[in-house]
Amino acid sequence: MLRYLLPLGIFAALAGFLAVGLKLDPKEVPSPLIGKPIPEFVLPRLEDPKRRFGSADLKGQVALLNVWATWCVSCRAEHQVLQALKESGVVPIYGLDYKDERDKALRWLQVLGNPYEAVAFDEKGRAAIDWGVYGTPETFVIDKRGIIRHKFIGPLTEEKVEDILLPLVRKLKAET
Amino acid sequence: MSGELGHFALILALCLAVVQATVPLAGSYTGNRTWMSVGPSTATGQFVFLAIAFGALMQGFLADDFSIRYVAENGNTQLPVIYKVSAVWGAHEGSLLLWVLMLSGWGMAVALLSRHLPQVMQARVLSVLGMVAIGFLLFMLFTSNPFERLYPVPAEGRSLNPLLQDPGLAVHPPLLYMGYVGFSVAFAFALAALLGGKLDAAWARWSRPWTTTAWIFLTLGITLGSWWAYNELGWGGWWFWDPVENASFMPWLVGTALIHSLAVTEKRGAFKTWTVLLAIAAFSMSLLGTFLVRSGVLTSVHAFANDPARGVFILAFLSVVVGGSLAIYAWRAPHIRGGGRFDFVSRETFLLANNVLLVVVAALILLGTVFPLIYDALGWGKISVGFPWFNKMFVTFMPFLLLLMGVGPLARWKHHDPADLVRRLRLAFGVSLAIGIAFALPVYQGASALMGLGIGLAAWLLLSLWLAVRDRLKHRRGARAVLRDLTTQGRSFYAMVLAHLGVAVTLIGITLVANLEAERDVRMAPGHTYELAGYGFRFDGVRNVQGPNYLAARGTITVFDGDRQIAVLHPEKRNYGPGTMPMTESGIDVGVTRDLYASLGEDLGGGEWAVRLYYKPFVRWIWAGGILMALGGLLAVSDPRYRVRVRRRSTATAGEALAGGRA
Amino acid sequence: MTPTRKKRLILIVAMVVGVGIATALAVTAFNDNLMFYFSPSEVAEGKAPVDHPFRVGGLVTNGSVKRQSDGLTVEFTLTDTRATIPVRYTGILPDLFREGQGIIARGRLNEAGVFVADEVLAKHDENYMPPEVADSLKTAQQGGDVR
Repeated sequence: MLRYLLPLGIFAALAGFLAVGLKLDPKEVPSPLIGKPIPEFVLPRLEDPKRRFGSADLKGQVALLNVWATWCVSCRAEHQVLQALKESGVVPIYGLDYKDERDKALRWLQVLGNPYEAVAFDEKGRAAIDWGVYGTPETFVIDKRGIIRHKFIGPLTEEKVEDILLPLVRKLKAET
Repeated sequence: MSGELGHFALILALCLAVVQATVPLAGSYTGNRTWMSVGPSTATGQFVFLAIAFGALMQGFLADDFSIRYVAENGNTQLPVIYKVSAVWGAHEGSLLLWVLMLSGWGMAVALLSRHLPQVMQARVLSVLGMVAIGFLLFMLFTSNPFERLYPVPAEGRSLNPLLQDPGLAVHPPLLYMGYVGFSVAFAFALAALLGGKLDAAWARWSRPWTTTAWIFLTLGITLGSWWAYNELGWGGWWFWDPVENASFMPWLVGTALIHSLAVTEKRGAFKTWTVLLAIAAFSMSLLGTFLVRSGVLTSVHAFANDPARGVFILAFLSVVVGGSLAIYAWRAPHIRGGGRFDFVSRETFLLANNVLLVVVAALILLGTVFPLIYDALGWGKISVGFPWFNKMFVTFMPFLLLLMGVGPLARWKHHDPADLVRRLRLAFGVSLAIGIAFALPVYQGASALMGLGIGLAAWLLLSLWLAVRDRLKHRRGARAVLRDLTTQGRSFYAMVLAHLGVAVTLIGITLVANLEAERDVRMAPGHTYELAGYGFRFDGVRNVQGPNYLAARGTITVFDGDRQIAVLHPEKRNYGPGTMPMTESGIDVGVTRDLYASLGEDLGGGEWAVRLYYKPFVRWIWAGGILMALGGLLAVSDPRYRVRVRRRSTATAGEALAGGRA
Repeated sequence: MTPTRKKRLILIVAMVVGVGIATALAVTAFNDNLMFYFSPSEVAEGKAPVDHPFRVGGLVTNGSVKRQSDGLTVEFTLTDTRATIPVRYTGILPDLFREGQGIIARGRLNEAGVFVADEVLAKHDENYMPPEVADSLKTAQQGGDVR
């Protein structure tokens, strides 16, 4: 009898390891930057390369930094959510255009609307490395002291905005 | 519009699958014939709806409907039509749809082609298939819906991964999935037989053609995958022991064991519980492969984009299907009476040993594949199991299998006098040994012990196959008499000969390419000639070429054998536009005894390029052998005896089964 | 014991012995062929072996890629944002090798502390970073203790 149970036992052990393996998925873990000050950077602006945009511009207010690119399909899905968020006027959104082409990015904003207060143009993806960007889109929530408080991996959705982002922004605004 | 249609068709297919999984099964226990007869019609309906869904997604690609997210992520207006079609299964969601479509296709085939089966059996088989379909359809609808909408609609799609824009890869996944999914039929037959408690020769005979058909597809899929990797990855390698490759190789090994074990169960009534276990294992390995590839637990060169939610779902599904079927096995198998007796030296023993070896190798590959995961799960650190380990395991165990392959076909069922067997084979053994030693002697370049082992074993296989054919002849003289004897042999015999011949051919290819290949990375300046394996490679520069949806830097390399020009290679470096990666397209001169292979590295400036050159002797034989194996399978399936005998038996199943059980 | 039972016993014993030998072989062979993974921080701290091959993963530091005059040897540095180690590789780099890209290199450390790679792997996906690399970047940025 026991020998007929052996295959089941072997499979159960394997399934156990696979289950633990799933938990180890690196994409599940939150960003290491949470609770840390924002990484320093200065980059040309997308709309005007002569002007600069950098970490200093993000400080002193509750703000979002959204990493996006025109080659990223998920970013397009996210765009309308960002646009709606901008219209609500709850929190300023800054953009980090990642490994992109300037013409395409400008056209994108013209056609789809521009939810950003300002966009830093990170052509080589240098600043993105310091921010620990794995892929696009990603959105960072920054508090008044310039500390990263939350990171969204993947596109923002209305649910994520309602359930996580807005309560968090309200809480951060109340902090002194 | 087509998006909603497809989505709706998926939901309807799920509803039908639920009916198919429950009603016929309930009918089979209560003896309600009307309920049982629901099975075939729901299976057919399910296929029709999934075909509609599949057609809708394809229509989305052909019409560049970027309002469907999946199309926007994988399609593009510039994509050639063939790749618009193959883009349907180019990424996770669509390939899953293809998978389910095939599953329902197999289900429909069972419904249509197994009318002669006892109704109870057919009802249970279809119900098990229905249950598998439910799992996959739920998975698709909840975590990977290919018809999800995207708004606002982008003007252009992101396009199919350039790596997948290759004719080989358009066909490779469908073949592979047909194989994976096909084992679900063997699995369903095994479970149905377990539930009914009747694991008899009739069951084995019904199951055999299905299993062999699935195995053919899997064989072709793996062969094509290897060929694609060789052509497209630019590394000249044809097998990497990558988790994704292992995921297809494990079910193949177990499936091969299953085919042989089914033969014993059919012919001799032996190994019943073992055969059932193999049928469960073959499909479980297919599911496990799916899990490994799509959950993101393993790092691989061609794993799909991963998502933990998907991983959790597949693991749960895997646990239900595999755990459930193994539990049924543990519950029912002890009640199954053993079959025909056999002596120590008999074909049964050789086939059993071959089975054990195949399963051991499959288990070792599984161990090597998931070992990094286990290591990490235990918190010991991050490791990877290098391909030397896999090679070592393979080279350690495969020779035993190949030795047995030589003896098995000559041995008789039940009992064979050992002295007689030795007498028949000693000459062949001596000759192969001599050939092996000759190839291992360091008298020429490239000789090694492994070379001798490989060639010696190939000789052994070929000689013993020849003996097996000769053994079948009653008359040894007179062309006519011999021809008549040959034509009276059953197809299944020639199927075996062809498939085993394929193994020998592949073995020769692997041995020669592994021991004699040469490779060289060179910095090439225009007009200069570089030497490799006795051939001269002259670099004639690189120019830019416009493809249908890419820009390519196209190199020209002229190859000389002495003073004679024998080939012009055109390796390319393709760029499919921003946001995508450059692709290496190798330039290959194909030959029966050798390939000459070049791939472009980087532009080093001043017209100079880094180029990788390869000399690959007998590499084509590896894939030729795979094709021979598949042809052997085809011949076995086409054997009319399955259809004729089965039809006759449908009236007398019970009696025959009893007789088979006691034989 | 009947002859049938005896035969069966021999068969089972043979099988168990065979499987046992297989397992033993497999496990001993693991010892030579397991490839450990280290992050640049661990290598910098001297945790990686000097004579044994291993894998290291990180991001190719921007501006660090230098090509030697033979054209096929490339030197660059690999970083996990906390520590940076020099890497040398001779041969053809994968298509996806770029500055800022996450890669995995396989090879060994030489006496001078340079990681000499036999193989450099990068993944065919812009959004992709090998899980090991993502993981070690995470630990390095937290400044926490690395495995």
